Amino acid sequence: MAQAQGFGRRYIKAFLKGFFVAIPVTVTFLDRVACVARVEGASMQPSLNPGGRQASDVVLLNHWSIRNYDVQRGDIVSLVSPRNPEQKIIKRVIALEGDIIKTIGYKKKYVKIPHGHIWVEGDHHGHSFDSNAFGPVSLGLLHARATHILWPPQRWQKLQSMLPPERKPLQREQE
Amino acid sequence: MFRNVLGKTFRFLGYTVQYGCIAHCAFEYLGGIVVCSGPSMEPTIQNSDIVFSENLSRHLYCIRKGDIVIVKSPNDPKSNICKRVIGLEGDKVCTSNPSDFLKSHSYVPKGHVWLEGDNLRNSTDSRCYGPVPYGLIRGRICFKTG
Repeated sequence: MAQAQGFGRRYIKAFLKGFFVAIPVTVTFLDRVACVARVEGASMQPSLNPGGRQASDVVLLNHWSIRNYDVQRGDIVSLVSPRNPEQKIIKRVIALEGDIIKTIGYKKKYVKIPHGHIWVEGDHHGHSFDSNAFGPVSLGLLHARATHILWPPQRWQKLQSMLPPERKPLQREQE
Repeated sequence: MFRNVLGKTFRFLGYTVQYGCIAHCAFEYLGGIVVCSGPSMEPTIQNSDIVFSENLSRHLYCIRKGDIVIVKSPNDPKSNICKRVIGLEGDKVCTSNPSDFLKSHSYVPKGHVWLEGDNLRNSTDSRCYGPVPYGLIRGRICFKTG
């Protein structure tokens, strides 16, 4: 009887220790350091999801690298959708604050990116809901930078930060 | 002796990480104390008032019209601003200044909110930088001290 009570108390102690240690540490890690996500949709073809609906890519999202909001032109980032806050979208950064770019299908032909905003576009122009639809997005909506493709194994690679030459800004803000 | 000090250091680091993570989870999903500065929300919130902000409403998407919210500044993501929600998506809001003769109205786009400070004469808010995406909202102020 005494031994069973001892086991019960040890079990409760181990459970509480796990609860107060493992869960906050895991949640903080997934929120602040890195997490994993599956990409859906065709807006970033051919860089992501070239196979369409048959095989969705799984990417590694790095929160830590954007903790100071410094992104470069050409990075693939995930952000909270300005039209639907419950959804995250994954796009490529085309222009930073102060750049002047030529848009594709936006209401203004030339846009100067305001302070604290960025311009994002999907690689598959025409099949992408991006800044050409909703304009420059605030840096505060930035969620993570996609650094690697983890699945499927034959597509295991580090994602290159590469700006398509035809989408270079017309005028850059001098650093 | 050295092993003792090393053991103590690791235990100290372990506790720091553990309590840091608990603090992050508490602030992110429950709420925390915020110090407000600036005159844009007078008389409701004065300069250097201490308020408690609960961060559960924004995860459950139940921010209502009339709530006072803490929002990441659209033009500077490292700073926060504190304003009142005047309109949710689809609402009709007045975008002109009080001093203008002709009033102009517009509708708040989908996924955005319209913010205004209570001290209309001394507040830069949505009348200046436009509707703010819902994703920038950090928390809702539920009560203030003093």
